[in-house]
Amino acid sequence: MLDYVILKLIWWVLVGVLLIGFAIMDGHDMGVGMLLPVLGKDDTDRRVMINTIAPHWDGNQVWFITAGGAVFAAWPFVYATAFSGFYWAMLLVLFALFFRPVGFEYRSKLSAPKWRASWDWGLFAGSAVPALVFGVAFGNLFLGVPFRLDETMRSFYSGSFWALLNPFAVLFGLVSVSMILLQGATFLSHRTDGDLQARAKKAASLIAIALIVLFSLGGIWVSFIDGYVIESIGDIGSAINPLMKEVGRSPGGWFTNYGKYPILWLMPVLAYVGGFVVLLTIRAGKTILAFIGSSLVCVSVISTAGIALFPFVLPSSEMPKASLTAWDATSSHFTLNVMFYVALIFTPIVVAYTGWAYRIMAGKVTRDFIVKNDEAVY
Amino acid sequence: MIDSTVVDLSRLQFAATAMYHFIFVPLTLGLSWILVIMESVYVLTGKQIYKEMTQFWGKLFGINFALGVTTGITMEFQFGTNWAYYSHYVGDIFGAPLAIEGLMAFFLESTMFGLFFFGWKRLPKFGHLAVSALMALGANLSAVLILIANGWMQNPVGSAFNPVTMRMELVDFAALVFNPVAQSKFVHAVSAGYVTGSLFVLAISAWYLLNGKHVEFARRSFRIASIFGVAGALSAIIIGDEAGYEVAQLQPSKLAATEAIWETEAAPAGFNVIAWPNEEKQANDWEIHLPYGGGLMWTRTLTEKVPGIREIRETNKERIASGVQAIIALEEMNKNPNDTVARETFQQHEADMGYGLLVKRHVEDVRQATPEVIAKAAVDSVPKVAPLFWSFRVMVGLGFLMFALFVVAIWLSISNKHRQYPLLLKAFLYSLPAPWIACMCGWFVAEYGRQPWTVFGMLPTHLSASSLSSASLWGSLAGFVGFYTLLLIVEMFLMFKYARLGPTVLQPNNA
Repeated sequence: MLDYVILKLIWWVLVGVLLIGFAIMDGHDMGVGMLLPVLGKDDTDRRVMINTIAPHWDGNQVWFITAGGAVFAAWPFVYATAFSGFYWAMLLVLFALFFRPVGFEYRSKLSAPKWRASWDWGLFAGSAVPALVFGVAFGNLFLGVPFRLDETMRSFYSGSFWALLNPFAVLFGLVSVSMILLQGATFLSHRTDGDLQARAKKAASLIAIALIVLFSLGGIWVSFIDGYVIESIGDIGSAINPLMKEVGRSPGGWFTNYGKYPILWLMPVLAYVGGFVVLLTIRAGKTILAFIGSSLVCVSVISTAGIALFPFVLPSSEMPKASLTAWDATSSHFTLNVMFYVALIFTPIVVAYTGWAYRIMAGKVTRDFIVKNDEAVY
Repeated sequence: MIDSTVVDLSRLQFAATAMYHFIFVPLTLGLSWILVIMESVYVLTGKQIYKEMTQFWGKLFGINFALGVTTGITMEFQFGTNWAYYSHYVGDIFGAPLAIEGLMAFFLESTMFGLFFFGWKRLPKFGHLAVSALMALGANLSAVLILIANGWMQNPVGSAFNPVTMRMELVDFAALVFNPVAQSKFVHAVSAGYVTGSLFVLAISAWYLLNGKHVEFARRSFRIASIFGVAGALSAIIIGDEAGYEVAQLQPSKLAATEAIWETEAAPAGFNVIAWPNEEKQANDWEIHLPYGGGLMWTRTLTEKVPGIREIRETNKERIASGVQAIIALEEMNKNPNDTVARETFQQHEADMGYGLLVKRHVEDVRQATPEVIAKAAVDSVPKVAPLFWSFRVMVGLGFLMFALFVVAIWLSISNKHRQYPLLLKAFLYSLPAPWIACMCGWFVAEYGRQPWTVFGMLPTHLSASSLSSASLWGSLAGFVGFYTLLLIVEMFLMFKYARLGPTVLQPNNA
């Protein structure tokens, strides 16, 4: 068996990889969904947009399902505390997600304009709400979440849904929304042509600029709030529970890791690089590079936030010592080990057949194609 | 103390969302293989009509699949949102099959789902057939992993309690995967799915034949469905018997309640074909009792007894008292890790700790567990009889009925006498709800029969729920039921519309 501490680190990275995979893959579907009412001028336009992602959205959504499953398996404390604590936020995301499978599958089954328009807004909500709420949730992690644990490790959440929507967290929500929008806009630039493509390119440039500004604001604001630091903790190489540590708060505490390892500053820098890559390539028509640039933004924005929080995953404002961290909220040594090998075997297989599916379906979706294949496409 | 309204509403919400989900799952499981069969015939014979069959039934498959996915996401959320303590307590074990399900099965199924619909012109014949087969394989692999998870809740093998983290942890991965309960549940559940898919195709084909529409198309679909259906029904029945034997060995409380066995009978036990269970009197008002039947089915001997509810409750009283000792010792250990006496006491009673937790429904502190409290907890330890007794009999009755229907269908198909027996065709059509009712009854027996446990013998249901308010629960329950019902109406509308149109929907501008 691999060393327990190393496995704990690996699983922190793996959960991050799954979240990033979700942002890149399902992110571009959600981005397209959000842009649907904005860029689609008529029904055919909107069908073009939907059909760029039609063969893939279902597989891509599994990044989200798998990330949820992986948190359950690797960090059961986090899964239990976050999902029950953020009850209404989670249900809001869930109810919004309901619109997606049915929206994609049912929208074009009837031709009544009202029917189609309703599903278009359903798809918009199913894309915008999760993107916003996930960002808001991340923002609240930086502020700390009001929960406590009793001696049987039962968690009690004392916050409210509305308290989650504070300005700081909403800024994080906007970063998340613009990141997902950029995925959608660059993907559409790559897979459409004509006027629609021109609009998508323009949108991508605007969103890239907005994202750079919002990301910078977020970083500045974080430096003004208190971070969490572990003051003492039991032996992280053995089985411990979250109450076996002492946690304090300190100004600028979220920059501790960056102070200790300055090389980590490369991560936020990469976010800017990604944003500029999008700006430089999108006009030149190098749309695939623009999509890669945008995906790079996803990698670096999520990593920047994750590194700042590390080893915290779910800091508690009510009972700091009950904060859940990558050291004490994990599964057992044995489970982490088994699941590591499962992930090691299956993740490359998933990436391989997903890539194959994109190759099979490669090429631009045109208005002409939609009209000619009316009954066979979404 | 935990609010019992919250626990009850959480149960109701889980049951409602799971039942909704399982409207769509069995059809996906069965219809996906029927599509593979139809497409295989197309690829092997080159007959265009089989391609049309694959595409048309595929359309209906897609309409169903969309809601299967929608309602499926809820299931993964809900362990965390509503069963947080359960998720903490057993996530180390239970989370693994769920994560593997996503990575190994659901990714495959979903990715291939897209290519199934959009890849017809882009893939070679064999390539597309492979995509269809991988989609069906993915769906069925999902079922394996979900039933490994559920099988563990019924028969928690390969795990141990860790007093430091205050939860159960995995110690033997192979035991979890090869849990015999999971194996038989998987075969039983997918067989039920094959029956559902078959009856779906059979009923709609019968309707076309009744109306003289799409006759060639319907005759061929009818034949495939009847053969696949009879195999599925036979398998469901045989494995059902195996599952019954396992329940008798591992969950005597579920068996006694399902079969209305109040008193332990001298071996070999009889079998109550039909009875009128009376919970108050702790007896059946009347019963049709088949001697030897129970002993043969559940012990497969003539010498072993089958414990009745009264005896099970008496035995459980002792286990509850012993489990209370374990909990007290655990609390001492946590206060003072060097307390070797407490550690010894804990180890002695550890196996009964779950039973000790049953008293927490009645008292906050287990030290207050008087003999009266223990007696109450012992009564809780066996679920109510009548709901189990009847739903089990409905499931079994429908199972045999559907088997008979498929046998008749094969005969009708081979002799090609569909037109001469319109009444039979009507019988197939109106039997359409049967597999769904049987599935729901089956899950009810499995899950209600496991009560009062979420993890049998280890973690009581009333401790498993999240610390939420009942107002939140009422709100979310109303939200789920309302939203799902709306979606279900839309789905049924499209399903009826497309089924009525038949294969003509494949031609342009007919939808």
